[in-house]
Amino acid sequence: MIEFIFQNPILSALIALGGLSALFGAVLGFAAVKFKVEGDPIVEQIDALLPQTQCGQCGHPGCRPYAQAIANGEAINKCPPGGQATINALADLLDVEAPSLDSEHGEHLDVKRVAFIREDECIGCTKCIQACPMDAILGAAKHMHTVIADECTGCDLCVEPCPVDCIDMIPVETDLKTWKWDLPATNQKPVFHVIAQEVPVIPLETNVIATDLGRGSALNSDKPDGEKAA
Amino acid sequence: MSFSELAIILLSTVLVNNFVLAQFLGLCPFMGVSNKLESAIGMAGATTFVMTLASICTYLVDTWVLAPLELQYLRTIAFILVIAAVVQFVKMFMEKTSPLLYRVLGVFLPLITVNCAVLGVALLNTQKAHSFFESTMYGFGGALGFAMVLVLFSAMRERLAVADVPVPFKGAAIGMITAGLMALAFMGFGGLVSLQ
Repeated sequence: MIEFIFQNPILSALIALGGLSALFGAVLGFAAVKFKVEGDPIVEQIDALLPQTQCGQCGHPGCRPYAQAIANGEAINKCPPGGQATINALADLLDVEAPSLDSEHGEHLDVKRVAFIREDECIGCTKCIQACPMDAILGAAKHMHTVIADECTGCDLCVEPCPVDCIDMIPVETDLKTWKWDLPATNQKPVFHVIAQEVPVIPLETNVIATDLGRGSALNSDKPDGEKAA
Repeated sequence: MSFSELAIILLSTVLVNNFVLAQFLGLCPFMGVSNKLESAIGMAGATTFVMTLASICTYLVDTWVLAPLELQYLRTIAFILVIAAVVQFVKMFMEKTSPLLYRVLGVFLPLITVNCAVLGVALLNTQKAHSFFESTMYGFGGALGFAMVLVLFSAMRERLAVADVPVPFKGAAIGMITAGLMALAFMGFGGLVSLQ
């Protein structure tokens, strides 16, 4: 039998490659069972929906621990920065009824806010620096502190520890840099909204021009000329 | 097989016959993953790991399976099979035993399956009729050379990203030119050591 295989090159090639494939397949199959990692994709999905302010208002040290807790059955209405939109999205993901926000943990404010330190009143105690989960406060002991507005998530955590109450939460004013499309809250990808928002703008502008120039005939400017000539 | 011969193989593969700059193998990750130093280091580490392992495994398969059956003409396809299996196994093993290492190297591991330097090292080993230790050293040295060049090149590209490059040369073009100059510089190592 073995002699027959050795003498038959096609058969030996098939057996060699087939045997190698079967061997590697078996090893990989064994490895897949042996080295299986207990990943929990639902935690990732929940974490992706949370606002990532790491504010800790839910009673957990950050968004990811809260996502873990939700996966273990905790209430989903403890996230004030996310507001009702986040609760609805979470309810959608977990297929449960969407509760309203638990006011025990704070209230959701529609306006985005950032912390602002009244710098002449700051005594440089560094307590707000320690409280900030985003490292958005800059300063040193006995030196004035200030907030990096771009980094601040508006979580309020620095307001409480300040001994001289010199931190205000001020709403972010909308300017050219911070203005965004007010998109409807659906699960579609944002690119579709942008296209859908842009499309009606074009005929609207043409209409305005048309009415400005008189009775809509400006849309087809060749025509009146032709009529005049006639 | 003396120690000095192994050292010479290592030196020659790292500097003189560098896989990327002298033999032009593994150019895709060399150009593709060298934009950031951090990811280049990850890729370099993962490749070193896989190339050494792959040269060991392919040597074993070649010597114990293909040679006795006189199936040397099946080397390419058999080696691809071996490399793919090794990479997948390493990925699973790493994910379980060292999540930290997996997070650093993990994304690069599947990329290595199709890295021509890995297949190249296996085929060159059989072509040069290396022994087991020579094969291992050749694979490790080649991987080390690849890793070194990749890290050096990515450090250069990080500088190039902020350099004032003429518009037509921006991006990949200046990267290619830099790689060419680097290859020229490595030609200076030619004749440093000679095998046989």
